[in-house]
Amino acid sequence: MLTIRPDRVLVTLLMGAAGILFILPFLWMLSASFKPELDVMTYPIKWIPERWNAIENYTQVWAGAVPFALYYWNSIKVTLMSTAVSLIVSAMAAYGFSKVNFKGRDSFFLIVLATFMIPTQAILVPQFIMYRWIGLFDSHAGLVLLAASSVLGTFLLRQFFMGVHNEIIESARIDAAGHWTIFARIALPLVKPALATYMILRFIWTWNDYQNPLIFLRTDALFTLQLGIRKFADFSGEFYSLMMAGAVSAILPLLIIFIIGQKQVIEGVAMGSVKG
Amino acid sequence: METSNTNEVKDVEQAPKRVAQQPKGKSHRKQAFYDLIAGYLFIGPMLILTTVLVIIPILLSGIISFSDWNFIAGLGGLEFIGFQNYMTLFQDESFHRSLMNNIIMIAVVPVTLFISVILAVLINKATYFKTFFKVIYFMPFISSFVAIALLWRVLYHPTNGPINGFLRSIGIENPPMWLADPSYSLLSVMIIMVWTSLGFNLVIYMAGLQSIPKDLYEAADVDGASLVRQFFNITLPMLSPTTFFLVITGVVGSFKVFDLIMVLTNGGPAGSTSVIVFYLYEVAFINLDSGYASAMGIILLLLILLITLIQWIGQKKWVNY
Repeated sequence: MLTIRPDRVLVTLLMGAAGILFILPFLWMLSASFKPELDVMTYPIKWIPERWNAIENYTQVWAGAVPFALYYWNSIKVTLMSTAVSLIVSAMAAYGFSKVNFKGRDSFFLIVLATFMIPTQAILVPQFIMYRWIGLFDSHAGLVLLAASSVLGTFLLRQFFMGVHNEIIESARIDAAGHWTIFARIALPLVKPALATYMILRFIWTWNDYQNPLIFLRTDALFTLQLGIRKFADFSGEFYSLMMAGAVSAILPLLIIFIIGQKQVIEGVAMGSVKG
Repeated sequence: METSNTNEVKDVEQAPKRVAQQPKGKSHRKQAFYDLIAGYLFIGPMLILTTVLVIIPILLSGIISFSDWNFIAGLGGLEFIGFQNYMTLFQDESFHRSLMNNIIMIAVVPVTLFISVILAVLINKATYFKTFFKVIYFMPFISSFVAIALLWRVLYHPTNGPINGFLRSIGIENPPMWLADPSYSLLSVMIIMVWTSLGFNLVIYMAGLQSIPKDLYEAADVDGASLVRQFFNITLPMLSPTTFFLVITGVVGSFKVFDLIMVLTNGGPAGSTSVIVFYLYEVAFINLDSGYASAMGIILLLLILLITLIQWIGQKKWVNY
């Protein structure tokens, strides 16, 4: 790694060019969001805007006719709650399925495992009807419970709890510690990296989710960001600079989280071979 | 990496049995009872959630699929009609077109695999700043499909869009209309799908490459095998479990693409980009035909089960190690 070899430098340069080509759409989006509407569709493309209109565009998005800030806040709320609930429920189940011995454990795990194959679209209609009966329809709590019912976290974390040696747990039990104490004080800290991975993945998936808010929300004031930018896009029609400013605003927080936690995200995806 | 992981898991799984066989005196039964309660308390929340939100709904879906029902009308309007919905599916032009589009979209998988395996090998072996490349290719994977769809709708703009601007500047006078042209629209969607899924495949392939023993290449070097031969005779066969995994997740994933279609094309123009999940949504929530939509959902589940079954059988047969 430390030695610099000319052929490797050459390949790096070529791959770098390919990489830039690959993210050109994002660069175009960013550049368009800074331009006045008239300059957006000009060709040849001016990657660095000649005339700047960034402040006006982003003000239009954030303080215009569509309550973008409210949608943002809703998304933050739903995403944080979903991530927290899902993490707790998944971690508990993963511990139960791997470190507590009780009758029926493995058959229950098989049932939970089997639900993984059910496509979410196949159960939308009954979920919708049930939500209207229980009164969870058109509420953030309903979205949080849907996100928490995903069994992916249970699988991912179970894999890691399996790696915790039983001797550690047995010796804690000899010291008369209950399962809850062992779970909270010993097992959880040992699987911290896996928790971080799942936390980031769950955050990304919930933040980006469009389908569940679309089906299970009606009231405009409850809309999440994904519904919001769709609405904003319909609203601003042919104003592409505004549309791009909205899209940038939606992607940016995730991009920051991703860049901070890229190691956990990429390793987590590779490790659990997880797909959202 | 994955295989060593599962070995470890097996060891750990056997350990509790050994512990359980040790005589523990009077407290043993009490301990087992305590474990039973604790176990159910730990898995309880998850179990309740999956039962209420997944298991009961899929059973209901099965029942509703045999009925003619509009859920707005309430339970009174429910009328059982046997296999009628499934029979209708066989003759429904829109369903056939959606299914056909889904099948065509599977072509995204080999294309993505081909590009990503080449990128993975190059980045892994011959470049500096590996993390940088991983991050770049992963960016579309973490972006929301809504934002991506809005972006590409503008990029694909038939008259003023930058893509056609570029094509005209290199001398193509009548570039395709992309999303506006029924014969190009599905292709346009598929290009975006390749773009978004490349990063995931790349990262999995790079993890797979890490687990190939280095001495295989050293031995090949000694024998004077060229790099190209090494790629075909060592790298590709050793990556076959990874490839197999990616084919299955890719194919299953391609059946679930909803957000992208919904925002990008709304199934159009003229149904040319409608897929099963999108048609299901239309039937269920716009036409309000719950029975018919549920039948479609069950067919979709069966399709995915079939693909998973192929995985189970195929893993032993086609993965050459």
